[in-house]
Amino acid sequence: MEPVFSAPTVDFHAFGPEIVLVVVLGVLLLVDLVFEERARWASSTIAGIGLLAALVPVLTLAIDGGDRTLFGGAYVVDNFALVLKGLFLVAGYVTVLISTDYIGDGDYYEGEYYFMLLSSLLGMTVMASARDLLSIFVALELLSIPAYLLAGWRKRDLRGNEASLKYYLLGVFASAVMLYGMSLVFGVAGSTLLSDVGAAVSRGPRSAPVITVGIVFIVVGFAFKVSAVPFHTWAPDTYEGAPTPITAFLSVASKAAGFVALVQLVFIGFLGRDDVWAPMFWVLAAVTMTVGNLIALRQTNVVRLLAYSSVAQAGFILAPFAVAADIPAARGGVGSATGAVVTYLLIYSAMNLGAFAVVMAVARKTRSGEIASYGGLFQYAPGLTVLMTIFLFALAGIPPLAGWYAKFVVFKSLLDAGTAAAIALAVVGVVNSVIGLFYYASVAREMWMSPVPDGQEVTPVRVPAALGASLALCAAATLAIGVVPNLVARLGNLALFGALP
Amino acid sequence: MLVNQFLLLGAVLFCVGVYGVLARRNGVLVLMSIELILNAVNINLLALGSLQGPQAAVVGQVFALFVITIAAAEVGVGLAIVLLIYRNRHSVDLDEVDLMKG
Repeated sequence: MEPVFSAPTVDFHAFGPEIVLVVVLGVLLLVDLVFEERARWASSTIAGIGLLAALVPVLTLAIDGGDRTLFGGAYVVDNFALVLKGLFLVAGYVTVLISTDYIGDGDYYEGEYYFMLLSSLLGMTVMASARDLLSIFVALELLSIPAYLLAGWRKRDLRGNEASLKYYLLGVFASAVMLYGMSLVFGVAGSTLLSDVGAAVSRGPRSAPVITVGIVFIVVGFAFKVSAVPFHTWAPDTYEGAPTPITAFLSVASKAAGFVALVQLVFIGFLGRDDVWAPMFWVLAAVTMTVGNLIALRQTNVVRLLAYSSVAQAGFILAPFAVAADIPAARGGVGSATGAVVTYLLIYSAMNLGAFAVVMAVARKTRSGEIASYGGLFQYAPGLTVLMTIFLFALAGIPPLAGWYAKFVVFKSLLDAGTAAAIALAVVGVVNSVIGLFYYASVAREMWMSPVPDGQEVTPVRVPAALGASLALCAAATLAIGVVPNLVARLGNLALFGALP
Repeated sequence: MLVNQFLLLGAVLFCVGVYGVLARRNGVLVLMSIELILNAVNINLLALGSLQGPQAAVVGQVFALFVITIAAAEVGVGLAIVLLIYRNRHSVDLDEVDLMKG
């Protein structure tokens, strides 16, 4: 029998970002092992520099241009992958910045914390390139398993334990359901490559029911990951109980990774079966927006409010999926839906990380996440108040802050599709934008108008350098993108798959 | 060899696993139920792979190996979390873990 296996030729340049991350992971472990307590301070520095170093190969690959296909199409480095790798690495860097003082001040393990954070980021960069059921599964687990541990990093805290347990159980259950769907899809296609799956799913009526079940299970599995209603129940509890930097990380990077996987699976693998996934996404998007917003209205804790707000934002990101197949080719077709999702993710990351950074800066002083504790914040922390207002109104989608452009591209893709269902979804989206404004503005009103609560010291808030840097970075991005949306519009338009079938 | 018997076994295991996750209140038993779902996936992968010819059979077997390995890592983390909860509360009853209401 002739050998079926021949060693693939490996393009190491294409693996540049991942290789840098793996090397940094090794260095982090060794430094922590050899120097122990003496090098506690070094961990966050190494992690931060390592993430910036991993951006270098992303840039050289972008300058080099061209698509690189490895392992017979299972791993592709194209513009889509590069834009999202850049997003994950920058979001990871901001997370390291906001973690530095939080983790340094508390009595936490530091080396392990950054090791887990970077492992999770490694999974995300792999996810951006994975065009194969098996590599999507491995990337998903590599990014999730460290996140389960990070959510419970406050070991002695009962809320931390609960956050970790709920995230773990629902996450593992969701990935098991997703795997069952993958096994069915693989069974029909006979291959794990998404391009082969794409050819097999629309082959004929005989295997259609199996494919339908497979697609439903896979989409449901990822709906947990992106916390779409009705699969969102873990999100608020996990966000509240986890350390706040990890909450920011989960609500931005981890959610973006879920959407990246969905984009690849749905737009490459299942493109021929939009009769199954388009209605599913329509319902998920409409319900997620509405329920997320309505529950956010009656939250009294700012972290839970941001949790439900991020659920509602996920609804907006799901909307382009619902209409992708109806967008005429003259208006960009499926590619324009991909662009809308990527643009929304880029802008959402800047706004949401910024909002969480302000929450952390305020909590350093007030030791509270209650919205009532934000009363009169303007009197003793005017800078933070202005920044928080910027991020909140950006999340609400008010021009000239970045959020309006994110909403604009989503509504544009809905109107481009022009079907009755798409218009109905756009109406739901408009109503929800208005509801969203209520709760974002209520936090702003508390900060600007309400009196300082009794017993609250009114000495100025001291913001550590790293946290300040992350605030400046997010605020600059939010303002710049809002005024010159072309900055991300170009990235969003670039972020297309190299070889769409 | 009839492939549908294997698929039926996979589907039954899947349903038992889902029932266990939803109905069981003991943390360790929920972890075991999730293992059942993953084993249903493995049976599916092997059966459907061999149905599609020798090339796909190898792919299915490799996929199943990955699932087994990663499931082991997952359960390791899960047991650590359950152990943490047991240390802090002296119970692994999931209904009692309700400080926060989603």
